[in-house]
Amino acid sequence: MNIPLPLFVAVPLFAAFVLPIFGKKGKSAATFLANVVTLGLVAMAVSTLGRTAVYQIGRWPIPFGINLVLDGLSSLVLVAVTVVSAAAMLFSVRYMEQYTAKSKFLCLFMLMVAGMNGVVLSGDMFNLFVFIEIASLSSYALVAFGCEAEELEASFKYMVLGQIASLFILFAVAITYAQTGYLNMAYISQSVAASGMSKGLYFAVALFIVGFGLKAALVPFHAWLPDAHPSAPAPISAMLSGVLIKTLGVYALARVLFNVFGIFTLSDLHIEISWIIIGLAILSMITGAFLAFGQTDIKRLMAYSSVSQVGYIVLGLGLGGLIISKGLNPAWALLALLGGLFHLVNHSVYKSLLFLSSGSIQMSTGTRDMTQMGGLANKLPVTGTTATIASAAIAGVPPFSGFWSKLIIVIAAVQAHYYWIGAVVVFVSLCTLIMYLKLQKNVFLGELPENLKDITEQKGTMKISLIVLAVLCVVMGLLLLVPALKEGVLEPAAQSLASGAEYAVNVIQMAR
Amino acid sequence: MIYALCFLLFMIGLYCTVVKKNMVKIVLGILVMEYAVNLFLILLGFRTKGVAPIIDRHALEGGQLTELFVNTSVDPLPQALVLTAIVISLGSLALIISVCIRIYNKYGTFDITQIRRLKG
Repeated sequence: MNIPLPLFVAVPLFAAFVLPIFGKKGKSAATFLANVVTLGLVAMAVSTLGRTAVYQIGRWPIPFGINLVLDGLSSLVLVAVTVVSAAAMLFSVRYMEQYTAKSKFLCLFMLMVAGMNGVVLSGDMFNLFVFIEIASLSSYALVAFGCEAEELEASFKYMVLGQIASLFILFAVAITYAQTGYLNMAYISQSVAASGMSKGLYFAVALFIVGFGLKAALVPFHAWLPDAHPSAPAPISAMLSGVLIKTLGVYALARVLFNVFGIFTLSDLHIEISWIIIGLAILSMITGAFLAFGQTDIKRLMAYSSVSQVGYIVLGLGLGGLIISKGLNPAWALLALLGGLFHLVNHSVYKSLLFLSSGSIQMSTGTRDMTQMGGLANKLPVTGTTATIASAAIAGVPPFSGFWSKLIIVIAAVQAHYYWIGAVVVFVSLCTLIMYLKLQKNVFLGELPENLKDITEQKGTMKISLIVLAVLCVVMGLLLLVPALKEGVLEPAAQSLASGAEYAVNVIQMAR
Repeated sequence: MIYALCFLLFMIGLYCTVVKKNMVKIVLGILVMEYAVNLFLILLGFRTKGVAPIIDRHALEGGQLTELFVNTSVDPLPQALVLTAIVISLGSLALIISVCIRIYNKYGTFDITQIRRLKG
């Protein structure tokens, strides 16, 4: 079973350095090539679903060399990353014509994709840090891409907090190396399982939670996100909110806590750590939702709702950890993890759809202020429909994807007798509904302002990417409802987290 | 003890980043944190009176290589890590300083209390 794992990093990295060569004259050729690359990555990622592999770079055996690991969780997140990046790239074919230096945009975009794919596949702690830095650095530059005053300010804020987060992560990696003598995730995991958690490792776990929490914008650490995400160009906002905060923050946190330290499956119980995770999650859900109410800028409202939705994902994972560490029924833990991961995939689809719709609105009307809009549903039929579908999905209206993942988290919470967690989930879902009804009312319904009488909808590839994502929003529920898809896609991902330290055994066996 | 000093340096950098109002001083705070982490990594591999972790032919033919080598050679891995970390921090420094310059051109100040057009 040979899967060329390094290609997931190498192809976009190669494209990143080839595309700027085309320069101004070959702009359309470069754009076409970039789309071919992102679509090709989607095909490759889909082909990895349900498979597992370990690749040792340069044939250096682990733990001496660096390895790339593909398991259920990696391939799920990989598919999400590649699908969102393909849609965003398709959208930016036309959208980025507003800016100069499109080839530089393509280069940075590809670097970001390479970094995120690397984060998802990496099986080595220091290599994880390097890929996190690649993705973060290119995202700092992309946030500042317009070079307007607000964009630069947002980028500076994002960069300072992002750099602090990276240094916390690097410090934690160094402490882990000092305590266990390994950088390879599988070997660290075995070493921790053999000798237990020392005080230094607890310190490293705290640093990891803060570092990845900053990257994921959980609430005490969320200050940069509502500035950075709206300031970026729309396809980049879609990438940042859709996948960047999840791969760099949530995925890496889950991988480190569940698999590397195996915290929740260790013999001595670590209930406190899972309560910290759940506390952060609930705080983000509620604070993000309340802060979103007061916003009049469409993209800022969506950015705050991202804070709230990331809370859902982390809540699902934390609940799973809590159930495992309490030694309750493992099926409930699997359900909670599955809910969290399903919400991760759903959120990456509908949040990127919302941001792309906001980009389409902004390009047509020239503003992001909701108070200056109204009655756009007739003027922008496609954008109106897709934004309505995405709003319904994020609020958890039944046939759409968001409903199913929230339902699973609630079921898991109720089964584990944490009724109040279920109540919080439902309450925040209601807040989300209100916030998106406000958006619908102000933007698409009501009176059309005088100055927007003549606007027209954007054509071509922008429409295609909106429609593709909207269709995904509608059919994603099938991932849960069709047993074959559920067993093939979602369950291996939840299983790879729930099995905790078995990750190490699998990786070392496959590497032989 | 020396690790505690390293951590102190890290905290000084963090303090500087959080408290200072000038953008350039914030960047310097981040750099101090970076140096603290790099120093920590180097200290992990440090050994008093250690030798370079290189096996030469002369030592190999001597026969008592392995025990002496293991007991005296320093750990080469943190040095490789620090090299990588330095390169990354150089890249981020270049980017952050160039953003600072652009902000100075737009706002005419380095004081972050006066650079707040974003709110909410």
